[in-house]
This record gives sequence, C-alpha cells and structure tokens, in this order.
Amino acid sequence: MAELAPAHAAHAHAAPTGFIRKYIFSLDHKVIGLQYYFLALVAVFVGMALSLLMRWHLVWPQSHMGWLEKLFPAGAAGGVMTPELYLSLMTMHGTIMVFFVLTTAPQSGFGNYILPIQIGAEDMAFPTLNMLSFWVTFVGFVVLIAAFFVTGGAPLSGWTAYPPMSALPEAGPGEGAGQTLWIVSLALFSAASLLGALNFITTTLDLRARGLSLMRMPLTCWTWFVTAILGLLAFAVLLAAGVLLLMDRIAGTSFFVPAGLVVSDRVINHSGGSPLLWQHLFWFFGHPEVYIAILPGMGVVSQVISTFSRKPIFGYRAMVFAILAIGALGFGVWGHHMFISGMSPYSAMAFSVLTMSIGVPSAIKTFNWIGTLWGGKIRFTTPMMFAIGFVSVFVTGGLSGMFLGQPPVDLFFHDTYFVVAHFHMIMGVASIFGIFAATYYWFPKMFGRMMNDPLGKLHFWITFIGVYAVFGPMHYLGLIGHPRRYAEITGVNYLAQSHPLHLFMTIAALITVGAQLIFLFNLFWSMFKGKKAEMNPWEATTLEWTVPSPPPHDNFAGAHPVVYRGPYEYSVPGAPKDYIMQNDPEPAKAAH
Amino acid sequence: MWLALGAVVMVFAAFTSAYVVRKGMSLDWQAIRLPSILWLNTAVLLASSATIEKARRERQSCESWLAATSVLGAAFLAGQYVAWQQLRAAGVFLASNPSSSFFYLLTGAHGVHLLGGVLALFYVAGRAWRGAEWPNRQAAVEATALYWHFMDGLWIYLFFLLQVGGK
Repeated sequence: MAELAPAHAAHAHAAPTGFIRKYIFSLDHKVIGLQYYFLALVAVFVGMALSLLMRWHLVWPQSHMGWLEKLFPAGAAGGVMTPELYLSLMTMHGTIMVFFVLTTAPQSGFGNYILPIQIGAEDMAFPTLNMLSFWVTFVGFVVLIAAFFVTGGAPLSGWTAYPPMSALPEAGPGEGAGQTLWIVSLALFSAASLLGALNFITTTLDLRARGLSLMRMPLTCWTWFVTAILGLLAFAVLLAAGVLLLMDRIAGTSFFVPAGLVVSDRVINHSGGSPLLWQHLFWFFGHPEVYIAILPGMGVVSQVISTFSRKPIFGYRAMVFAILAIGALGFGVWGHHMFISGMSPYSAMAFSVLTMSIGVPSAIKTFNWIGTLWGGKIRFTTPMMFAIGFVSVFVTGGLSGMFLGQPPVDLFFHDTYFVVAHFHMIMGVASIFGIFAATYYWFPKMFGRMMNDPLGKLHFWITFIGVYAVFGPMHYLGLIGHPRRYAEITGVNYLAQSHPLHLFMTIAALITVGAQLIFLFNLFWSMFKGKKAEMNPWEATTLEWTVPSPPPHDNFAGAHPVVYRGPYEYSVPGAPKDYIMQNDPEPAKAAH
Repeated sequence: MWLALGAVVMVFAAFTSAYVVRKGMSLDWQAIRLPSILWLNTAVLLASSATIEKARRERQSCESWLAATSVLGAAFLAGQYVAWQQLRAAGVFLASNPSSSFFYLLTGAHGVHLLGGVLALFYVAGRAWRGAEWPNRQAAVEATALYWHFMDGLWIYLFFLLQVGGK
C-alpha cells in the first residue's frame, strides 16, 4: 500500500544488473513494454493460425488433417473438424485477438514504452505495479491457452460468452473446465488491466515534464490516457460480471440462468435468472473495449501523419476533444449490440441516436487526418503507409457501422457476416494497422536500428489489398443473409452457392497471413542486422526523439527535460529546419 | 488511490445494477432475514473508521491507533463470518435464492476488499510499531485511511441495500 500513495519519488530505482532483474522481472517500463509487445506477437500468430483453420474448414470441410487429430483428439476425431471444434476455435480466436493482441499491444506495449519518454519521465509512476500487471496478464494468457488442453477442450460460447450456454457445464464440450478457465483468464486480464490503467493515469497526470501542459501533450499520450480511463471503468464491470458468471457455474446460483431450461434431455436446476443481464453487463464493458483497442491506434496515426506530412496536426484541440467525446460516448451505446434482444423500441432509438453521434467525433478525426495530409510534403515511409491505410480501413469499417447502428437494418444484419466484416475492419484491421504503424515508426527508437523499408512496403501492400480481399466479400455475404458462426455451408442450399466467394476469401487469407511472415522476418532481421538508427531518424519533434536509440535505463540520463512548445511544430515559417523539437526554447524567450 | 477506488466503485455499481435488475424482473425473489449480528459488525466497522482517523491525525505516534484499527477490522471480518454461519444454520445457502446469492456475493466481495485493507494495515502498523521511519510513512497512512473509510462507507451502502432492497 505504501507504494500506492505518492506518485513521485517511487520511481527512482537503480539500473538492474542481473539477467533476471533486467529482462524477466524488470521494473523498467521499456522492458515491460517490449514484454507486452512480444506477448501480443505470440498471441497474434496463435490467433491467425486459428482463423486459418476456420477458413480452411469452411471451404474444404471434409479435408483430412492427421495432425489436427493429434492436437485435438476429441474435436477432430479421424482428422476431420467437428462443428464444436470450429466454435471453440472461433471463441479462442476472438478472445485472444481482442484481449491479448488489440488491448495488449497498442496500450500496454507501446503505451508503456513510449508514454513515459514522451512526457519526459524516468519511468511509470508505479514500476512494481507495472511489472505485476504484465506477469498477471501473462498468466492470464497461459490459463486461456490451457483451455485447449483440458477435458472437453476450449469453450464454444464466443468471446462474448453469452449465458445460458456459458453458465452451464453440460451445455457442450468445452463448456466444462474450458469455459471456467476462460473466465479465470479474463478475470486475471481484467485485474491486470485495472492496475495498468491506474498506472497510466497517474503517470500522465503527475510525471509530466516542466512546461508540458496537457494541451501540449502529443496526441498519442492523450489516447493512452483516455484509453486508461476507459479501461479503469470498463474492466471493473467485466470483472464483476465474470464473478457472477463463475458463481452461476460453480456455486449453483441463478444470476443468468433462467428457469425451465432443458439441456441434453435434462431439466436444469436453476431458476429465474436473466441471460439479458449478462448481455448488459458484458456490453457495458464490451463497447468501451472497442475504443480501448482503437484509440491508441488513432493517436499513433495522428503522430505519424503529422510527422511525415511535415505539417502540424490539423485541429489539435478538435482532435483532443474528439478523443474525449469518443471515450465518453463509448459508455452510452452498449445497447446497440442488443437490438435483437427484444428491447423497447424507445431504448433502441436512444442507443441508436447515441451510436450515430459517435460518427461525429470520428469524422472530425478523419477529416483532420486528411486536412493534415492536404498540401503536406509527404514522405511515403512504411509507417506513413500504414497510417494512411488505417484511415482507409477505419472509414470502411465506420461506414458499415452506420448501417448496423440503425435498429431496423440491424435486425436483418445481426448474426450475419456483415457484422463480422464490420468489426474486423474497424476493430481488428484498423487497430492492427495502428500497431504496424507504431512498430515501423518506433522500432528505431526501441532497438537502435532501422527496419527495412522495401520489405515494409511489400508487407504493407500485400496486407492492405489482402484485408480488403478477405473482409470485403463478407459484406456481400451479409447482404445475402449468410449467418455467421456456421461451421459448414455445404448442407445449406442457398449458402452452398457462396462457396466460390469463400474459396476466394480463404486464399486471400492464406496470402495475407503469409505476408505477415515478411513482417516477422523484417522485425527480427532488423533487430540485429538493420541499418543503425540515429537519435531522430524521422526528424520528429516529440521528446522520445531527444534521447539515444535505444534510450538509457532512466531515459534522460538524469536530466529533466523542459518543454517549450506543442508537439507538432513542423514547417514553421522562419525556423532554420522544417521541425522544432518540443524542448527547443522559443527564440523570443531565449532572448530575454 | 482515488483511481483505485473508482475501479472499486465500478465493480460494486455493476453488482448493484445486477441486483436491481435481477430482483426487478424475477418472480422467485424471497426476502431473507438478515442476522442481527450485522448491526454489531457495522458498529465495529464505524469504530474502526474513528480509530484510523485518529491514527491519521496523530502522525508521529500513530501505531497503537493503527493496531486498534487492524484488530477492529479483523473483528468485523470474524463477525461477518459468524453472520454467514448463522444464515447457513438457518438453511439459507448461496444457491438458495437470488436474494441470498446476492447477500453472500456482496458481503463476500466487500470482505475480500476489506481483507486487503487489513493486510495493508498490518503492514503499515507493523512497520510503525517497530519504530521504523520511512519517507512515505505519512502518505502510506493517509492512503490506508482513505481506503478504510471508503470500505466503511461501502459497507454502510451495501447494508442499506441488503436491508431495504432485499425486502
């Protein structure tokens, strides 16, 4: 408790010497940031592998895979995937991607590494807590993966875990120990996220360098800050909901399980619970979670677009207010995930209006990005390509959101591939593009070497075209009423005709995932063989570019940076160079 | 610390909304008779808030007040356990009825949070008792006191909710 009290003075710890203190149980925010990043990297490849298995099964349902039987003896008896295994792959794909990739890399990974340096601090406010957050998250990941290997395998109930299915061990294979592990994993993840959020907020509020007022913070810091606030409020609710669900499963309570259910010809001994209650609690967390995944990406994109357009970000204040507005509105729209649950049309109307109104700050951001690009001296580096790609997929995903946000339209689209296309575009791909932009942009700072640019561009183009090839046709599938979560389309007449389209998407997915190997190679090759990076290779203005690459243990080598100006002073008329660092004293003030 | 309390507020706000919704929509809700020892427990917890406030204001010689608070806190937890035992003896279990589920859930969740406070108190009081001075000592006492008052207030709220809402 002692270390929870004061923000200052707690972070003065000496540089560790032993391997374990330095790289494993490190207190250094940079090492912890990288630990989160590599955890997310492992998670994203597991998640992608699961999605490829699903895509493969959709197109070639009868193909015999002996190795699959070895991995999942029950789920793939005889080497052919059962529908139950398909559902468990889907559940785990969603859970791994949403929590251990999209929540982990942009916020906990890059936020941890860059935020303290960008605000001129030596470390996060609570380094021990920070280390604890990472290791609890890590254990959460191990627990989640363990669900594959217990009796019955991984759960089937999707990343949203709707009861009664998720509450009843007898509801299917994977709903026993697997589902319990799933809940425990998410409880651990929530607890770690709460600690992390606490750390981020305190750090941002208390450890900023002299002169760095809130309205001089880089937009990346703003997004990490607001994301942390969302996390603090949202994960607490998920934790509470998880406790209730766990009690329904193991203590026989009836919070979510209604009376009179018959499962496998047996009447379930529960009464009076409400499955809808879970949906409300879950989505009260779940919708802010979407912004937890996307907001840091928006910050990175703002930073990158401004840097490589050599222009100040267009409408800095509007950007800040848009971030705040998105964060605040995000807590008032959870009902739009539940339009078909039989809610009153008046509630649906209110949720719909609020949902539509999020389009306003989102559009402000998009137009400001375009306004920043407009007339800029654009440098088409790899991070810039991914940032512009982000804007593209963000607009695509946002537009399909305009359809889904309207109850009458959603009634048709709900549970079709249209929804799958929408959230993959706006939450999955857009966030991933943010992660890629951040990786290519900050890699020189983190590892002291440059990533290979031609390989990066190749990676970008295959990925960019690839994601449209994979998720574009899903919109069309949604239009023809193709339900999501079906393991096979062969038995359904009107769906069987969509086989060629599924084949196209599967091949596109294989190629797109293949392109990620280029990225992986580039990442590790550049770490050791890349061109040496200078202190400020991109000629950017924020504080992380004023320290060596990689930065020393306490970032500023004992110095305390002073900030004199806003974060995006590019192409200022009369300045000697086309950028002015944030810690450059203003000429007028220097003359005094 | 305020931020941590914000997260705790959200946890219990979620439980409360679940409570209200589950009660409002169900036909199977049966009020339970709350054990009267809860009133005694409440008094103990209020007294502990007074002692920790005393410790906070004493600054230098706060260790005996901190120790008193930890004893009262432990006594409260023991009292809550007795309340559970009495309910069990009366045949009211966790899964008996939604109202009893919520009773065990809310008292349990509060108890776990308070246990964290007791452990923090043991730590701070123990160090202060050995006469240790450390740079953040007063800050540690202040943070513990804030958390403790909050847990006290939270219990009053939950007790009220269970008394009035449980009917």
